[in-house]
Order: sequence, then structure tokens, then C-alpha cells
Amino acid sequence: MNRFNLIPSHVFAVWRRNFLVWKQLAGASMLGNFGDPFLYLLGLGYGLGFYIGDMNGIPYMAFLASGILCSSAMNTATFEGLYSAFTRMNQQGTWESMLVTPVRIQEIIAGEQIWAATKSLISGTAIFIVAGMLGGIQQWETALLALPVIFLIGLAFAGPALAICAISPSYDFFLYYFTLAVTPMFLFCGVFYPIDTLPAFVQLVAQLLPLTHAVALVRPLVTEMPLVMPWLHVSVLALYAIAGFMLASHLAARRLIR
Amino acid sequence: MIDSVVSAKNVRKSFGDREVIRGVNFDIRPGICFGILGPNGAGKTTLMRMLLGLSPVSEGEYRLFGHPVSDALVHSRVGVVPQLDNLDPDFSISLNLKVYAGYFGISAKEAESRIKELLEFASLAKRANDQVSSLSGGMRRRLMVARALINNPDLIVLDEPSTGLDPQARHLIWQRLRSLKNQGKTLILTTHYMEEAAELCDELIILDHGSILTRGAPQALIAEHVEPEVVAIRGLQNELDATQLCDGLDIRLDHIGDTWFCYAADVRALVTRCAQRHELTFIHRPASLEDLFLKLTGRDMRDEE
Repeated sequence: MNRFNLIPSHVFAVWRRNFLVWKQLAGASMLGNFGDPFLYLLGLGYGLGFYIGDMNGIPYMAFLASGILCSSAMNTATFEGLYSAFTRMNQQGTWESMLVTPVRIQEIIAGEQIWAATKSLISGTAIFIVAGMLGGIQQWETALLALPVIFLIGLAFAGPALAICAISPSYDFFLYYFTLAVTPMFLFCGVFYPIDTLPAFVQLVAQLLPLTHAVALVRPLVTEMPLVMPWLHVSVLALYAIAGFMLASHLAARRLIR
Repeated sequence: MIDSVVSAKNVRKSFGDREVIRGVNFDIRPGICFGILGPNGAGKTTLMRMLLGLSPVSEGEYRLFGHPVSDALVHSRVGVVPQLDNLDPDFSISLNLKVYAGYFGISAKEAESRIKELLEFASLAKRANDQVSSLSGGMRRRLMVARALINNPDLIVLDEPSTGLDPQARHLIWQRLRSLKNQGKTLILTTHYMEEAAELCDELIILDHGSILTRGAPQALIAEHVEPEVVAIRGLQNELDATQLCDGLDIRLDHIGDTWFCYAADVRALVTRCAQRHELTFIHRPASLEDLFLKLTGRDMRDEE
């Protein structure tokens, strides 16, 4: 079966279903999107920033804000691709109800992935506004370009999350993914400090991880740091998005179409 | 017009080396209600899932409207009422239908008028804006039937449509299904309820261990396989007691637990004997689909698969 056989109206219908659910509880959901990163920025950006001063030549608040933009895009898309998608796949039978219509499994995965990225964009925009107010954005001319990048970051993390979702026996399984993948990236991919302070071996590993490339793209866009090799970073993120999509489609088909 | 809505030619399905459908052949004419009956684990669900493209066919030719069942686009002509409730719990009744219409690419305007019609049909018009979670079991099932009709399908597939419903709700569902048949729709139904099958089906197959045991119209099948009259008796002490009671009469005996079933063309003599023994409770009735089902599939308990 060709996994790229996607009818756009089917993908949109899946996306729209999730959007309509979100819309009903948009207020509460947005509060969650704002809350966590806002506290990080306030607590670490101001608190820690007071002692640190500048990092890599820019104020710590700006350094951290760009990192949090990326990590929250990662978290939002990951949560959506794991917990929310699992509920729809396993608990509510939503995917199965779609599969008896002309919608195919790869269209469901694509719709879910794009929806997860949309949520990254929504929460990313919220943080963008907060960061702007707290002085985390130095360069407004290029800063808005960070938003489409956040969407791409969402796609890059939603794909692998959906693949994990498709093989997961229960919600508890997701903890492994957080401990083994999400948390290490959060700590070692340049969100809080530049990765060149790390041992060479760790740096090498970090270079293979999507969050490193997300940070390397977003930080120069919102701060005065120079942008280096943007297409490399875009390509790595796109690669994660596409490979994640293919793997998730394959695994979800294996799980549901037996 | 095509001759058959569904046709299966030597359809097989294996999971690993376990064969669950062992070469079945049948076809379904347009405009009838077709029943798939069988004990748990007989392969009913697998047969349905293959038809809906939810399970690849291992071998043989399984066609829907003349196309292979794997052809996704043919599913725009099919409506499905699954056994497990998979309505969207976050949506109101009308939004459930609206979102579902989206999967078929039905425009919002067209969906609007269709939804109004369907809510009338399902007797849910007054509750259009209520949340799904506030509905009773019968209402939810009617909503699932309405949802299955959103694309105006030619074929409607129902998996145990009245399981878990009270008699009122069940009769309402049956009445709606009959009216669909009168509109010329083809219905496929799997069920455990023989009463439901007798009530609705024009034709049925009985499936066991992945093979078709028999096929035909319910009344014709009963006439073919089972003696016309049954006396069901409780209170007999043992098998000897049962055979002695029927001694000299042309009767086929069978039992489940402590209930004995006596089948014959004429049971008047037996009824007289039973009436003389006050410790017995018995009922005399015509043979039903259930008798046929039990005769063909045996009386042993089946384990859930």
C-alpha cells in the first residue's frame, strides 16, 4: 500500500474533528499551554538570568525564551500524539469509526500529525507573546519566521509520538518514551545552555536529535545570534516528520487492520 | 443493477497458522436483510471486518458492489453500525453527524438537511443539541444507525444492533431497520438473538468454526432441519427418566442442563404424559430458529475468543 496516497479532504476531515473538540474547551486548553512555559520563563529567565547575565552573547531571558519555544512545541506535539491520539485510537474507537468511511489509515495519521503540529503552533504563539512581553525577543524582523518553524517542529515530534502510540499497550508505556527520549532532549539539546559546553560524544549524539536542530533554527530567528546552515536544520526536522509519519502509518495499520 | 451486493468466493482468513474463515461462499441479493449467525468464535466478526476493509482477505475473492473489498472508495456506499459505541463523546448529537459527514466529503449544506432528516428518522430531533453522554443506550444506538445513514448508503452493515437494549428500544430499532429495507436498502446483520434474526432476516447463514453450516430463509431452514413441534421440560430426574417419558413415541431428545427438549412432528401424546406428572414444568411450542441453531452448532458452551 502506498502510504503517500493521501486525499487532502480526508486529511482535513480528521484534522477538523480534532479542532472542533479543541474548540469546545479552548479556554482551559490555552491556559495549560500558557501556564507551564510562562512559569519557566518567569522562574528561570528572571531568577536564574539574574545570576547568569548573558549566555552566548545574548541576555539569558532571550536565550531561554527561544529554547522554551522549541521544547514546548516538542511537548505539545508529543502529548497530543501519545495520550490524546491513544484515547482516540484505543478508548473511544474514533479511528475505527473513520476507517469504515472512505478515510484510510495513513490519512488518519496525517490528520493527527498536522493537528498535533497545529497545537504546537497554538501554544507556541502563546509563548511567543509572553516571551515578547518579558523581553525574550530581540529581533522582531525575523522573529515571526519562528512560527512556521514551530509548526515544522510539531510535525517532527508528532510523527515519532504517533508511532509510539501505535505500538503502545497502555498509557503507562508512554513513560518510557518520556524518560528515554523527551526528557534527555529537553535537558541536552540546548534549551537551557549551549550544547558546546557538553563532552564531544554527547554533542555528537545531540546533533542527531531533532530538538537540537529546532533550537538551532529558532534561536537565531528571535535573537541576535547568527543563523548557521538553516537548510540542514530544516531538513533534519522534515526527515523526522516524514519518517515518523511513515512508521506511524505502518504500525497503526498493523495494529488496526488485521 | 448488479446481481449481488456482496459476493464471497472461497474466502479464507488465517491469523498465523490458525484458520478462522475456511473457504466460505455466499452472495447477497440487493434489497434483502441478510443475517450472519453463529456462536462466539465462529468467525462472524472476522467475516464482517474483512467486508469493511478492516482485515485483509487471506485468500479467495470477496467483492462489494463488484469491487474488491480492499477498494477504499467502495466504502462510500456502505454504512456501518458497530457493536461497540464509538460515537464522539465530546460532541453534541448533531455535531457527531456533521463531523461524520465530513469523512465522506459531504458538503456542510448537504449535511445540514440530511442531518435534520436523520434525526427525525431516529426520533432524536428534539435532542439535536444535547451532548451524546446524556443519551440512553437505545438513543445512542439509534444515533449510530442515523450516523451510518449519513452518506445515504446502499448497504448497511450492523453488528449486533440490539445487544444490551431493553425490549422497547429493541423493537424501535427493528422497526427502523425494517423501514430501511422497505426503502430498498440492503442490510447485513450479525446477531446472537435468534428472535432478532427471525424478525428481520430474509435470508441467513449459520457459521461455525469458520465454515457455513447452512443457508436459507429462516422459516424454510427450520422446516428443513427441525421437527415442527417442541416440548421443553424441566423437573426430570435424569436421562433414564427422560427416555422413559418418551418411550414408544417418535421423539428426538436433547438437553441443556436440566431442561429437556423433545422434538417431533406430533407431540400430543407426550403433552398428555407430561400433564399427568405434576412435578414437571413444560412448555409446548413450535420449533424456532433457536432450535435450528442449537441443533446445528451443538449445545456445548463456547468460550469467548
